[in-house]
Amino acid sequence: MGTYALRRILQTIPILFIISILLFIMVRSAPGGPLTAARRNPNISKEQIEAIEEKLGLNDPLPVQYGRWLGDMLNGNLGESIKFRRPVSDMIGERIPNTLALVGAAFFVTLLLAIPIGIWSARKPYSMFDYAMTTITFIGQAIPVYWLGLGLIVVFYVILKNPFTGDPLFPVGGMNSRGMEGDPLDTLWHLVLPVTALSLGWIAWYSRFLRSSMLDVLHEDYIRTARAKGLVERWVYYKHALRNAILPLITLIALDLPSLFAGALFVETIFSWPGMGRLFWDAAKGRDYPVLLGVVMITAVLIIVCNILADLAYGWFDPQVKYE
Amino acid sequence: MNEAVSVREQKMSVLILRRFFKHKLAGAAIAVILLLALASIFAGLNPYSPTDQNPTNSFERPNGTHWFGTDELGRDVLSRILYGGRVSLAVGLLSTFLSIVLGIVVGALSGYFGGWTDSILMRITDAFLTFPTIFVLIILGAFLREQQLFILQNSIFVVVVIIAALSWMWPARLVRGLFLVLREKEFVTASRAMGGNSLRIIVRHILPNCVGPILVSGTLQMAAAIITESGLSYLGFGVQPPTPTWGSILSTAQNQIFRAPWLGFFPGFMIFITVMAINYIGDGLRDAFDPYVIHTER
Repeated sequence: MGTYALRRILQTIPILFIISILLFIMVRSAPGGPLTAARRNPNISKEQIEAIEEKLGLNDPLPVQYGRWLGDMLNGNLGESIKFRRPVSDMIGERIPNTLALVGAAFFVTLLLAIPIGIWSARKPYSMFDYAMTTITFIGQAIPVYWLGLGLIVVFYVILKNPFTGDPLFPVGGMNSRGMEGDPLDTLWHLVLPVTALSLGWIAWYSRFLRSSMLDVLHEDYIRTARAKGLVERWVYYKHALRNAILPLITLIALDLPSLFAGALFVETIFSWPGMGRLFWDAAKGRDYPVLLGVVMITAVLIIVCNILADLAYGWFDPQVKYE
Repeated sequence: MNEAVSVREQKMSVLILRRFFKHKLAGAAIAVILLLALASIFAGLNPYSPTDQNPTNSFERPNGTHWFGTDELGRDVLSRILYGGRVSLAVGLLSTFLSIVLGIVVGALSGYFGGWTDSILMRITDAFLTFPTIFVLIILGAFLREQQLFILQNSIFVVVVIIAALSWMWPARLVRGLFLVLREKEFVTASRAMGGNSLRIIVRHILPNCVGPILVSGTLQMAAAIITESGLSYLGFGVQPPTPTWGSILSTAQNQIFRAPWLGFFPGFMIFITVMAINYIGDGLRDAFDPYVIHTER
């Protein structure tokens, strides 16, 4: 298992290399660049600008510049925000826990609902429940997350009010109400609408997938064997069938990760959730390129790490997978 | 002999069409999409302009004259949505087409030739797949629009290209998988034995066998492209005003959420209904092309 993990990590090196080159191209072609302000300043002569360029190494051959940039990245130096004059790594570091809390909560809710729905639809295919779920999942897959978020705000913030106090039913901005900073219950309260907006589409997609995966597995011989030896139905479904049906789901989730982060970007923007997505959006409006590229870099690394974890989890669930 | 082949193909397409329309929801979905497309193409027949402002009757609720009401500047929402539909549908269609063409080229080369070609192309594909798409789209959108070239400032063109540039990986993987299986088939060996070169085998013999799966995945791509374009425009980094698109209409509606909570309904609903219809068409195509689906009716 240890050597497999190592090999898996080594395999991502060429991918990381390609990503880093693509990112470097983006960094280099970012409009503006570090000397834009200096070039516009009439008091700074052309010679002085050339001297600064020489000092910053902007005249070195591209591979040399790439090497230096990569070295900076590996040391955790993602540059400095143009707007806030702060290290990008610090700004992202503050936001990562908030994004992971939002995505993690939404993911927990998704699995909590999608797995039972998938199993129940597969248990009685073409039943009323199955048809109802099919319809709901088709709707859930087609609703854009930003429209759903907006709709939730209209219904639960603008229209519906708490009958006792007259306040909006749910909060829609930030992680905490004023004066309640750091209160976990208050944060949970603020999570309700964002998590609903984020998870509905996933619940639809994964329950659909699990249903068809279960239906495939239920035709296998070992299921008939399990029934033949008199196992209770519940045991057949939850232990024997689910264990194999859930395997492709793990791969699917790993492949979907980039889109999960994309969903978080929209939800954080709509609900002012102070995560990486919101940071990114604010930076994009201000054309703060170091922050933008830093977020893309970190998200790409997060996705790769999660992919490796998913591969390892696959082996943990399926003893047939051999690590040589 | 050629005649016999063409007759056979005719029968095949008729068979597929008949199977497709057996899926009733898919037939209905085709009708919905056609209706939307026609309404957008003939948006000019609507008596109200999408850009004429009339501040005296802003925030009208949906009524007999303005079916979908008016927005904060007194513009007719129905008209804006129809003109927006032109952009949203065109961007969806064009970017899907471009990404599938790109995906077929990469996937066919990778799957047919294998070896080093395959390794290099697939590593690049994997790298693109780990990119958080929407983040890169926003950066690219911002980059390209600051360039001096006039063509890059045309935001519809930019949006089509960047969406295609970040979605060709799925068709590429699909086509590669199909080619890996099909290149081992006897008809490929036969064609090679008769002196067919690689290009001919790829284009004339293998590719026609991939049409079904490519079409099905194309519908998924188009649904995703429409959601992506609307999302980009909603965030303010897609097609730029004054050109209306469903995403940008939704974005302005969001600012009026307390004055006019209904304004956000229509643009979002159009995205939703379009995506849903395309998904159902995909479902119908899958059934139509899948030889293993058992049809109870004959």
